[in-house]
Amino acid sequence: MIKKNIAMLIVIFACLAFLAVPVGVADDALKVGAYGGYFKDSFDKHIYPDFTKETGIQIESIAEPTGEAWLVQLEQAARAGQAPADVSMMSQTVMLRGQRTDLWTPYDLNQIPNHKHLLAQSINRYPDGRVSGIGAVGWYITLVSNTNVFKTAPTSWADMWAPDKKNSLGLLALASNSFLLEITAKTFFGGYDILNSQEGILKVMNKLAELKPNVKLWYRDEGQFQQALQSGEIPMGQYYHDVAGLAAADGHPVRSTFPKEGGVYDSGSWAVSKASKKLKEAYIFIDYMCRPEIQAKLSRKVGTAPTVRRDVSGLTDAEFASVSSEITPIIPRYDIYTGDLSDWVNQKWTEMVTK
Amino acid sequence: MIGEKPKGIRAHLTLVYPALMLGIFFIVPFGLMAAVSFFHRQPGGFYIPGFELANYKNLYTVLFGRTLLFSLFVAGLSAAICVSIGFPFTFFITRMKRRAQVVWLVLLMSVLSLSEVIVGFAWSLLLSRTAGLSNLFVWFGLMERSVAWYPGFVALLFGICYLAFPYTVLVLYPPLSRLDPALPEAAQTLGASPMRTFFTVVVGSLRNAIVAAFVMVFVFTLGAYLLPQILGRPRHWTLSVLITDAAIYQTNMPLAAAMAIFFMFVSLVLVALTMIIGKGKKIKTV
Repeated sequence: MIKKNIAMLIVIFACLAFLAVPVGVADDALKVGAYGGYFKDSFDKHIYPDFTKETGIQIESIAEPTGEAWLVQLEQAARAGQAPADVSMMSQTVMLRGQRTDLWTPYDLNQIPNHKHLLAQSINRYPDGRVSGIGAVGWYITLVSNTNVFKTAPTSWADMWAPDKKNSLGLLALASNSFLLEITAKTFFGGYDILNSQEGILKVMNKLAELKPNVKLWYRDEGQFQQALQSGEIPMGQYYHDVAGLAAADGHPVRSTFPKEGGVYDSGSWAVSKASKKLKEAYIFIDYMCRPEIQAKLSRKVGTAPTVRRDVSGLTDAEFASVSSEITPIIPRYDIYTGDLSDWVNQKWTEMVTK
Repeated sequence: MIGEKPKGIRAHLTLVYPALMLGIFFIVPFGLMAAVSFFHRQPGGFYIPGFELANYKNLYTVLFGRTLLFSLFVAGLSAAICVSIGFPFTFFITRMKRRAQVVWLVLLMSVLSLSEVIVGFAWSLLLSRTAGLSNLFVWFGLMERSVAWYPGFVALLFGICYLAFPYTVLVLYPPLSRLDPALPEAAQTLGASPMRTFFTVVVGSLRNAIVAAFVMVFVFTLGAYLLPQILGRPRHWTLSVLITDAAIYQTNMPLAAAMAIFFMFVSLVLVALTMIIGKGKKIKTV
């Protein structure tokens, strides 16, 4: 991610845009992409070896950068008939963007019998009903705080607006990954209906603009925030519930709270690039990942929320509470980041944040 | 042979490899980017090949203008700071003994081995409230309590100049070490003070090298991407951040390409102007 001068920037950008990502020598392994770092490491350790032992299908584990960057690479590669990964874990915003260009191979659900365990929202569909993705894992964005700086846990997203939080928040930098519009709408405007119109979105952005003096860091990469949260330099903000839980388990003074308005529920889906020639193996892999016991294993080992129904997951109440919450979650309005309004929203957002 | 142009295919063959590399790794990607900047943007999707000026028209916003000006300003200011500190610094190094020069240059080179990521996080730690330098001042009794000196404009300047300084010195070192010691000596024999000698003789005779160093640092810092995010506030985000947001996070390749092309065009014009001004002055003094 280092661009040292313009020429470099241009070359990197242009290469990214045009030279399809070279693919290694074709072999029998199924290439599976998951977010690089902790996610991929956990899958490498807890999931793939058992899968290979049972099915005989080798997995070549690919580290994805952010979902958005990975989409660009998949998209460019598919135009050249290549698939840098056969199956990729994609966030919902990115799933929808890929749908717009028909990037994902439609699934035949009969090939994935375990889909019957899934929550209804864990099946992604094209507007015409074809299935484009199957829920992989769920995660929550919650209100996190440093326990040394704030002795009592915050209870509401509205606490971020409090005057005593001046210059002490870390928030995600983009409209489409922070979901702060939804958080603000739910907290201050009684629901998401206000986001149906441009005037409404501007109202919500104005409310968000009041928050700016309290924000010390707008981060794009979670690594930018975590250390500052742990040290108390930036003692509050929005963050991923699973990662915050791991930091707390490691002894760092960090707590993750589901505010009374709910945490933001986002999820990753398994999607197959239309350039992949391994659909048969991909079905076996996705079906394996939909098994309730595998979903439960992910919750216990990785801290993600299961994409299967609670009653089949086999998780105890305590286990479920550590990865999820009974409070109705805030569900992102993905349509405003992927529809015709998306460029307008992004532009207004950047103006609001940077002004 | 000197001064003669190479003749025949064999003489030209040596140029094929660099020309090919330049073509593959610079001209072709650049041409493709230029093409994309005219493509049609599908909202929420990707792009369709075509030819339209919409992406360039979309640049006409306060946000883009302000970010462009800020990027140029911060690069110009960092270049000015680096050169004004780097020039006397390099001058003193070249007056040292050979061995001391090597030690200094190796130290500076070692800074180059650090990536922008490491430099950015290191500075954010040094300027932080919880673990930063202000704690040291508190310990010495110079301050009452520790404070955070980032994010902010000064912190950003520190980071950028820290990254660019070794390059400045490396660019200035060869001409300064070649400077004939007889020149400043002659000036001082004729009665000029050391300060006056430095500014009129040393600076004067190396104006071209100074302009070259300024342009180099300017172009180098224009691409700053990570430091503005770590050490600056959102209003200090440079155009590189905006371009990346458009290209990667919004999959708006045509807009990103248009921004990059326009940005490069403006920078090239500025660089050309600087060179022309630098040259003009040279002619006057001759």
